[in-house]
Amino acid sequence: MHAKRVESTQKANDLIDKLRQKHGTELMFHQSGGCCDGSAPMCFEVGDFMLGACDLKIGDIHGCEFFMSEDQFEYMKNTHLTIDVVEGRGSSFSIEIPLGLRFLTISRLFTTEEFENLEEIKINE
Amino acid sequence: MAFDKPVFKAQYENFIGGEWVAPVDGNYFEAISPIDNSVMTKVAQSNKKDIDLATNAGWKAFETWGKTSVTERCAVINKIADAIEANLEMLAIAECWDNGKAVRETINADLPLAIDHFRYFASVIRSESGSVSDLDNTLVSQEVHEPLGVVGQIIPWNFPILMAVWKIAPAIAAGNCVVLKPAEQTPVSIMLLMEVIADILPAGVVNIVNGFGPECGKPLARSKEIRKIGFTGETTTGRLIMQYASENIIPATLELGGKSPNIFMESIMDADDAFFDKAIEGLVLFAFNQGEVCTCPSRALIQESIYEPFMKRVLERVAAIKMGDPLDSSTMMGAQASTDQYEKILNYISIGKEEGAELLAGGGKYDNETYPNGCYIQPTIFRGTNNMRIFQEEIFGPVLSVTTFKDLDEALEIANDTLYGLGAGAWTRNVHEMQKLTRGIEAGRVWANCYHHYPAHASFGGYKLSGIGRENHMMMLNNYRHTKNILTSYDENKLGFF
Repeated sequence: MHAKRVESTQKANDLIDKLRQKHGTELMFHQSGGCCDGSAPMCFEVGDFMLGACDLKIGDIHGCEFFMSEDQFEYMKNTHLTIDVVEGRGSSFSIEIPLGLRFLTISRLFTTEEFENLEEIKINE
Repeated sequence: MAFDKPVFKAQYENFIGGEWVAPVDGNYFEAISPIDNSVMTKVAQSNKKDIDLATNAGWKAFETWGKTSVTERCAVINKIADAIEANLEMLAIAECWDNGKAVRETINADLPLAIDHFRYFASVIRSESGSVSDLDNTLVSQEVHEPLGVVGQIIPWNFPILMAVWKIAPAIAAGNCVVLKPAEQTPVSIMLLMEVIADILPAGVVNIVNGFGPECGKPLARSKEIRKIGFTGETTTGRLIMQYASENIIPATLELGGKSPNIFMESIMDADDAFFDKAIEGLVLFAFNQGEVCTCPSRALIQESIYEPFMKRVLERVAAIKMGDPLDSSTMMGAQASTDQYEKILNYISIGKEEGAELLAGGGKYDNETYPNGCYIQPTIFRGTNNMRIFQEEIFGPVLSVTTFKDLDEALEIANDTLYGLGAGAWTRNVHEMQKLTRGIEAGRVWANCYHHYPAHASFGGYKLSGIGRENHMMMLNNYRHTKNILTSYDENKLGFF
């Protein structure tokens, strides 16, 4: 059993279920960088956000693929990510925003044990 | 002196076609002030139907505005500036309450810069011209400019009024009509600004539609009825904006943030004088606007020979940062703009601690006695290395990451070791060093012996992942215009092919 790079809280799973039902489709995540609402996970209907050769899949949360750009992963590869939910008014095109909720990335360093036994990264092709 | 809390209407409609128009589906959302996390008012929760109304109003207005003489456009835009100036204090207080920033900033920076921005673009359209070339004795080429039509603009929440004006002023000066969506965290102050200028603007030239990104921003960016989209925000949405722009083959201008280096060479400490005092302030400007600035000087690079004495003076200055009631004109730092932003910043502070960065100042939330429920964070300084996440990711909060370098080459190497390239600062008394620094840094704006000036007549934009295109400066007009070439032959004779 490999250590996961990205996991989600029960609150996040519940919100994913709610959004799946509302949109009637599968969802995916892309970790954003940059200003304003950057450095946060964005949730989209599968197929809405065009993935590129620059994106890596770093894991799955509650059945949703989780991507980030390769150059950003370079700086985040030593940290474990937990996707949680916070109440509040975010902007961006992430689909949970109209509900007054925002997905949030909480990071911590991997333990040595985890680091030596991590899940494989998949390159988007 | 503390200003009174502003009074808002119970709700604000969209501003479309010169009228206050209720959202088609009748939905509203609560606007919350991060100062105390209370509900300020309600604003329209719009969708594609409202965007369509706004683009239609824009095209109707464009029939006239696109052909209005520059003399007249200039006069209208100058009147807008005058009206904002006459209401400066009211708008500054509203901006403070909407965004959370300290009122001394809105009074002395946000609003005066917004006013000047209108005046600048009003003036430059009077004094520019196209070009004419005699290509040969009978063939004359004219390059003339024509507006695009209706343009879409999606703006951020860190300087709600100023960022709106950065986008609106050049677009309407160039003869376009605008559909603008404010950020959902700060949807109110711009509506107050529209109340002030509503009677000056011809109906439909500027249309403001509030709503959420996926419901309102996306249909705007994807609309077949816009001829350009301008966006300020983060990289994932930036990519989506380009993706949507590609569907309609329209240009996109993107400003996506940065992780700006601020470099301090040892010569700054050659004397303990006014310039050294300025350099200390130059570093402490990371706390300006609670660090919620795309060009926040969030990485300080200090030459190792002066690190200890310089940092001692810096920390004294940081300790003197006064927090408190944002409506008090002596308060230097206000609230972070939203609860999700607040949580994100606190998580970065804990990442910094976990990664082993040395905490030199702050390091947590600030308990505001006046507003215990608001989103306040202490100005925070870490010392660490440039490969740490707090050195590489935009925190968008009052969190500074400090590191040292041996010589100029190492300073440039660290400065450019980032995914972004929006702003940078360089501080030295040595002109030769300054030349190497300003030309060696890969960023669209380098402040040399200063920081955080935003004059209208200086271009602004990013290298690398910080975006595409520029804002400010009259060159911006061409981001909002077609160039048309008129090639005139004065030769009476045919080419001779047929």
